[in-house]
Amino acid sequence: MIANLVPVLILFPFLVAAATALIKEDQLRGCVIYTGSAVTIVAALTLVAQWALGGAQTVELYVETGTVDHIILACELLLMCLVIFLSCAHGKFPIAMLSAVQTLGVVWFEVLSGVELEEKAHMVIDRFTIIMVLIVACVGCLIATYAVGYMRGYHQHHTEFADRRSFFLPLLFVFIGAMFGLVLSANMAWMYFFWEITSVISFLLIGYTQTEEAVTNSFRALWMNLLGGLGYAAGIIWFGWTYGTIDLYDLVASGSAGEAVAIGCVALLAFAALTKSAQLPFSQWLLGAMVAPTPSSALLHSATMVKAGVYLLLRLAPAMHGNLAGYMVAFIGGLTFFSASLMAISTSDGKRVLAFSTISNLGLITACAGVGSAETVWAGLFLIVFHAVSKSMLFQCIGAIENTTHSRDVESMHGLIQRQPKLATIMIIGICGMFLAPFGMLISKWAALKSFVEAGRIFGTLLVLMVCFGSATTLLYWSKWLSKLVAINHTKPQKDITEQGEYLSLFLHAAAMVLICLCFPVLSGKLMQPILETMYGAVDPTISTGNLIIMVVLLACVLVLPALLATLSKKVQRREVLNYMAGINTGDNNHFIDTMGNDKELQLSAWYLENWFGENKVMKPSLIAAVAIIVLMLGVILGGALV
Amino acid sequence: MMRIVLCVVYLIAAPFVGCLLDGCDRKITARMQGRQGPSVYQPWWDLQKLLAKERLMVNPSQFYLMASYTVFVVISGALFFCGSDLLLVFFALTTSEMFMVLAASTTSSPYSSMGANRELIQMTSSEPMVLLTAVGLYLATGTFSVAETAAMGGLPIICKLPGFFIGFVFILTIKMRKSPFDVSTSHHAHQEMVKGVTTEMSGATLACETIANWYEHVMLMGIIGLFCLNGTVWSMLLAIVVALAVYFLEVLIDNTSARVKWQTMFKLAWGVTIVCAGVNLFVLQMLR
Repeated sequence: MIANLVPVLILFPFLVAAATALIKEDQLRGCVIYTGSAVTIVAALTLVAQWALGGAQTVELYVETGTVDHIILACELLLMCLVIFLSCAHGKFPIAMLSAVQTLGVVWFEVLSGVELEEKAHMVIDRFTIIMVLIVACVGCLIATYAVGYMRGYHQHHTEFADRRSFFLPLLFVFIGAMFGLVLSANMAWMYFFWEITSVISFLLIGYTQTEEAVTNSFRALWMNLLGGLGYAAGIIWFGWTYGTIDLYDLVASGSAGEAVAIGCVALLAFAALTKSAQLPFSQWLLGAMVAPTPSSALLHSATMVKAGVYLLLRLAPAMHGNLAGYMVAFIGGLTFFSASLMAISTSDGKRVLAFSTISNLGLITACAGVGSAETVWAGLFLIVFHAVSKSMLFQCIGAIENTTHSRDVESMHGLIQRQPKLATIMIIGICGMFLAPFGMLISKWAALKSFVEAGRIFGTLLVLMVCFGSATTLLYWSKWLSKLVAINHTKPQKDITEQGEYLSLFLHAAAMVLICLCFPVLSGKLMQPILETMYGAVDPTISTGNLIIMVVLLACVLVLPALLATLSKKVQRREVLNYMAGINTGDNNHFIDTMGNDKELQLSAWYLENWFGENKVMKPSLIAAVAIIVLMLGVILGGALV
Repeated sequence: MMRIVLCVVYLIAAPFVGCLLDGCDRKITARMQGRQGPSVYQPWWDLQKLLAKERLMVNPSQFYLMASYTVFVVISGALFFCGSDLLLVFFALTTSEMFMVLAASTTSSPYSSMGANRELIQMTSSEPMVLLTAVGLYLATGTFSVAETAAMGGLPIICKLPGFFIGFVFILTIKMRKSPFDVSTSHHAHQEMVKGVTTEMSGATLACETIANWYEHVMLMGIIGLFCLNGTVWSMLLAIVVALAVYFLEVLIDNTSARVKWQTMFKLAWGVTIVCAGVNLFVLQMLR
């Protein structure tokens, strides 16, 4: 049964994509997307239910796959032709080369090299896959429903861009299908195929507006991801050549056993994952990707596609525990966590802040995977779940805010709670979820900190320092934003053009967020703990149940207390007065008398501290450090394995 | 059982102890400045007066955000004294401070908003050291639990963590918003920032802030004391003496220094954290 359901899950989104591409009529297309999303979610839930009813065991599927292998190879070649064509059309010949080398390499290895590969399950379903499938299905499809209304508003607001919605919307579904394939695959060649699809879709979506900036950024994303793809392909070929299998789990097993070649392959795959997850020195592609319309930023560039990288890293985590490959990954992750959060402070473009924060959080997950102990993997898994939900919500929210207020600058959100109460509330929930105790992100950070202390002498010390300082800077950029939202300066509510479909997605996200936080102890016990047991054998809970329950109680306090106190304080007798402005108010809180005796509007600004944390100050040293880490450590690992 | 008793004692007694500490602070300060100074009960009477005042507010959110701030400070203190996880305590404390920043910025008042921005810088300056303190205690004792740390035998952990202790005392000045790091608020309203974060607060709202401060100070002194505990009676005495000495030191620093710019505070705080805590951490890791 499951064996039949998996192809449906992967192929159905492609079908929806085809239908969306063909239908030009706006209303009908919307309906197709809503239905398609609902069906996809149902399919995913059915799969999960089937699997759970079957005893929640690890299920291995598709050992014999002759024809499908050939179809995949053919599709890979087609994809390569597409990339080569587009790259050559824009005169980017090195990118064409990059694509050709890796794809032809893999094709040569599978077809012509004569290496006999062991036949193993091509897809595996376990708890980790199930989590990813649920994220992709729920978050992905909700974003797709959001996209319908958003793109309508987008083209009302941005009349300067050609309306290419029948190109944009189908790609979202193609992406969802590919993402299912990616997380379900156990065969590295299959995974590589889906990996490449997501890279190419990301490239196409970033270039959506076809402005010069968009095209430049899209090619930057493409070459960085293809460079990672090259690492991936090299890893597959090398591992297959040496061991006669390209099963991911074999790779992890050999790597855990400490075999040098396997660790070399793990390092190559990890390198690919670092590019995909936009870790330093490859972070700039994700920043550039923010030119794309918001649904693609939410779906690809924060909630799911960039998670493919950390997904792979967490899968590889046992093979990175305590070796050079792990050190490399963890250092890059720690560095990225810290420096991206520094740069987020000096940014006032809301979407860019979210991008930095995404990079930063992915850095933390990367560091967790690099340490590779059971506790850090626990933290990493939770970070993936929370980050996916809250970031997707924040991106959609900022998209809706931009469509409504025509600005996505943090400064322009001063007093948003009065002008757009609903959107501001969702934004506040999202932001709190990102950093405030007792929301989930913080619990994961807590677990990460605990286990980094144990990670080793110099290595552990440096990671702990990075996390402590990075937490402080994370606190600064989020709370700055939060305090902008809650400012009250008695402006009137504005007309909200956010559509029902968009709100549906936003509300469901907010509800999911709160629900996941409240069910935290259950999730940890029923879902995460067994994953760790299959990866590491018996393990103790990282954070004791007692503490988890305290956190849940605290959460209830955060949710209930301000509301309760607000209701109670309504009854209290009080008199509202004006702000203190040294006696020069002009009757409301928004104006004062300037030195010429005229009315002047009061402008309040948060602090951005460009001279301290500006991108131009921080980016360059971080890039140099990251390149040095990767070149040196990858060199040592590969050199050691080859000699 | 002992833990719950301690927690209840904290909940009831902390405001009084905090109030007395505050009163002594004002008395000592006055004497240092060659004044007679008010009675040590003055803060208590001030609180009574604040509560009796008419409730003036710029907007209603101010009050309930400040009340939430107070409740969260109390929760984090209670978690500390019932011996829970130290990181959890610090996270709850940070959350409480967020509420204060929000209460200050919800007014859209120029002075208050500036105070809120500066308070955020204060938090950023002290946060690494606060988290590292928990890490240091863990390395010295093998647990994040306050109860287990306090009952741990052997030499008081301060012997293993001198760097962490110095660093923590350093950022304590920031946490208590005392000169030279009273960047976000001031004792006197005639200065460039008026009263910073508390500019727009009066009556009951300001009373919340005062009570929260008392709870917070007692908890911070508790953390100082934790450095000296090893489960014996004399160590408890030592803890109390050291905590009082540190409190006196804070008053002394407060009275002998002028406010610095936030840039200086930030550099100093992170510098001291890296040098004292960083080196101590490194040494501890090496000795493991």
